[in-house]
Amino acid sequence: MTAPLHEPTAEAAPSAAEEAAVAGAEAKAVQGRSLGRIAWERLKRDKLALTGGIVVLFLIVVAILAPLITSLYGQDPNEFHEDLIDPLFGTPTGSLGGMSGEHWLGVEPVNGRDIFARIVHGARISLLVGFLSAIVAVIIGTVLGVLAGFFGGWVDALISRVMDGLLAFPQLLFIIALVSVMPDSMLGLSGTGVRLLMMILVIGFFGWPYIGRVVRGQTLSMREREYVEAARSLGAGRFYILFKELLPNLVAPIIVYTTMMIPTNILTEAALSFLGVGVKPPTSSWGQMLSSAIDYYKSDPMYMVIPGVAIFITVLAFNLFGDGVRDALDPKGSR
Amino acid sequence: MTTQRTSGRRKQALAAAAVVAALLTTAACGGGGDDSNGGSKNGAPGFDAANNKVAQASEAKKGGTLKFASSQDADSWDTTRGYYGFMWNFSRYYSRQLVTNKTEPGKAGAEVTPDLATGLAKVSDDGKTYTYTLRDGVTWEDGKPITSKDVKYGIERVWAQDVLSGGPTYLKEVLDPKDEYQGPYKDKSKDKLGLKAIETPDDKTIVFKLPEANSDFEEMLALTSASPVRQDKDTKSKYGLRPFSSGPYKFESYNPGKDLTLVRNTEWKQESDPVRKAYPDKITIKFFSNANDLDARLIAGDYDLDLAQTGLSPQGRTTALKEHKANLDNPVSGYIRYATFAQNVKPFDNIHCRKAMLFGADHVSLQTARGGPVAGGDIGTNMLPPSVPGSEGQKYDPYGMAGENKKGNIEKAKEELKACGKPNGFKSKIAVRNNKPVEVATAESMQASLKKVGIDLEIEQYDGSQYASVVGSPSNVAKKGYGVIIMGWGPDFPSVQGYGLPLWHSDYILDSANNNFALIKDEKIDGLFADYLTELDDAGKAKIATEINHKVMEGAYYLPFVFEKFINWRSNNLANVYTTDGYSGMYDFVNLGLKNPKK
Repeated sequence: MTAPLHEPTAEAAPSAAEEAAVAGAEAKAVQGRSLGRIAWERLKRDKLALTGGIVVLFLIVVAILAPLITSLYGQDPNEFHEDLIDPLFGTPTGSLGGMSGEHWLGVEPVNGRDIFARIVHGARISLLVGFLSAIVAVIIGTVLGVLAGFFGGWVDALISRVMDGLLAFPQLLFIIALVSVMPDSMLGLSGTGVRLLMMILVIGFFGWPYIGRVVRGQTLSMREREYVEAARSLGAGRFYILFKELLPNLVAPIIVYTTMMIPTNILTEAALSFLGVGVKPPTSSWGQMLSSAIDYYKSDPMYMVIPGVAIFITVLAFNLFGDGVRDALDPKGSR
Repeated sequence: MTTQRTSGRRKQALAAAAVVAALLTTAACGGGGDDSNGGSKNGAPGFDAANNKVAQASEAKKGGTLKFASSQDADSWDTTRGYYGFMWNFSRYYSRQLVTNKTEPGKAGAEVTPDLATGLAKVSDDGKTYTYTLRDGVTWEDGKPITSKDVKYGIERVWAQDVLSGGPTYLKEVLDPKDEYQGPYKDKSKDKLGLKAIETPDDKTIVFKLPEANSDFEEMLALTSASPVRQDKDTKSKYGLRPFSSGPYKFESYNPGKDLTLVRNTEWKQESDPVRKAYPDKITIKFFSNANDLDARLIAGDYDLDLAQTGLSPQGRTTALKEHKANLDNPVSGYIRYATFAQNVKPFDNIHCRKAMLFGADHVSLQTARGGPVAGGDIGTNMLPPSVPGSEGQKYDPYGMAGENKKGNIEKAKEELKACGKPNGFKSKIAVRNNKPVEVATAESMQASLKKVGIDLEIEQYDGSQYASVVGSPSNVAKKGYGVIIMGWGPDFPSVQGYGLPLWHSDYILDSANNNFALIKDEKIDGLFADYLTELDDAGKAKIATEINHKVMEGAYYLPFVFEKFINWRSNNLANVYTTDGYSGMYDFVNLGLKNPKK
């Protein structure tokens, strides 16, 4: 067990430790490597995926440390700086949307809030919604997908039809309608908290059929495999087969679909905030910034470019990473 | 198939090249634009040249097509039902009233002048009887004369609110305060003219008998809702699709939300109408769904002016101000944009907490959020619009909003909080319409500046079209805790009654569609309004209006943001252009002309 623990540090630290790790890997190779190990080896060699992964990690760190970063940087995301705004046009006075040593990415039109600080804080919303809604989708999707695939019959028919129905549902419209009728406070939350919870639940709820279908298909094909047959003939119970034989083999596709789902969810959050049903002001979110930038795309194009680039980089990083994970976990993969 | 595909691609490339070329040419035009405030090469008279004065009156020629563009249709083109300001303005093309606003720029445009009537009303000494005589030669679009009975029937339609909802109901409230008449559709009398307060002794004479005097009654008769309607042409709820014309133009076609075309009414005679000049042959409106698109088309010269007259959107405004300044006017709209404090939400029942809001807010920031001094307006310091007689503008500034406290006075705000018993501040909510980005911006500004004194405001955005039931219902406001309500208000007719009665009078506290959000119940204010109604002298009326305004401001119910200003576009081809206080600083549509009718 020493080798896998060592590995991440071995990546960073050179020479001796690395050699030891390599030696350890070779020693293990003789015994046959676990699936996770093979995948990790493959992933390490995929530079694009690795870059994606590093960017994702970086974004997560930025999101978690957002208040610290902005306080070190010296700008509050909600503080107005109207002295930097041209009163006639409502746009920042400096060039490139008011970029300066004090405001690295410039300031917003009209109120002069610092864009860098708002982007950093906006990352929290995007990633929070992206991750948590993916988790919601994964939990519902896995449970129902396994049930449908494993039990078959009317259970399968029922769950499959529900999935078909949900996939055909115009989710964006539904969320907009839901957000406008929901209560101002629930479960002890109020304001932005309610909106976030609602977005996470709803995006997650509409996302589960995608993962549910994959899991159901995998389960269907696996439950007839020899090792399952063997377990069954040895007298294993249903739940033993479910948890010990099937679920471990489903982990790979689930991880892959989760990494692919997160960027989609981030985009949905941006779309909702863009449409004005996302988080409440003054909380910043990338989609909300894009939405208010529309009125200034000619006079202050940087205001639109910056949150656009932020969304682009995040989604791209997640997709590259997800692709890499899929390739690495693919048993038929050549690398 | 292959050859076709190539040709298709070539076409695309050609189209792309054409677009690029077009962009370059427009950019080139923009580069050589007119920065000066004076006239320009392309014939536009200059920045603010039509604001409260007439621009290029002599260049107006008969004929041509006057092209309006708009991002919204009227609420209704039915003279009884329309309430939008631009609808009232536009309706003068196809409807006449006994009296109407003068076709003059600025303040004079808000005064009334005879239209169908031969002169202003002969008013009895007690102010309760108004008598008019109709002019000779006034006709409907089919050539039949307009009679006093048509005028009476048109006014009676205001009573039929169950069928014809939406318009102003001042006439109904003044002529029939006890709500006795049922309206013409439920009228049992044969001629459907059962309203007792209006008498028509003959076809040329009409007499109004008011139960109580009302010094603004003649202003009410100048509203579009006092237009004549002929009984045999009344299609009830469908009348708005094709009103029967009494003015110089008649409906040719109307597709709601798409377009509207008026053509000359050949039966209308210039000598019977002292008001309307009727320059163009044809008037069209094209409705757009996207405001940015609309502005771009206006600037490109495809249309002459914006029907809604609510100013260019930020994008078009910037382009226009930088490149086509000579085509712009910057009138005061008559609207005040403000926040109200609902007294049924704690702690706004306490005047000191309300004052803390007034002192704590950053008024410059609120002005910037509204669009700045040019596109937004001057900082609002009190609640009487500059177009209303009795207003003092920024000279009356009891809380120093445009003066010493314009950036917010944290110390004074904290003092007031202490007096209110909330030294550490309090929490509340701002209710704001979600379809008005500028209002959301003002809410964010209040939130940011008041946080500094410990007042924590949460912004609640609601569906703007539901405002009557969301913020218009005091019980809902209390339930949701909407302590601060952001809204705007403009006068229906320029008097303190036409502006402030629904906002400040205790009788106007309603269960739904309420506009007295602050729930002001002040005997002194109610008393001043009562005095106002019987005061027939103009100077006396203005003095009472000033007093009412002072009482409202002393109560600290309102935080005014700006005395609103717009930046409106007029094309190079428009002549005889001027803004009028009669229609909230809009251009006076009815006498617009074209310099080059062939364009």
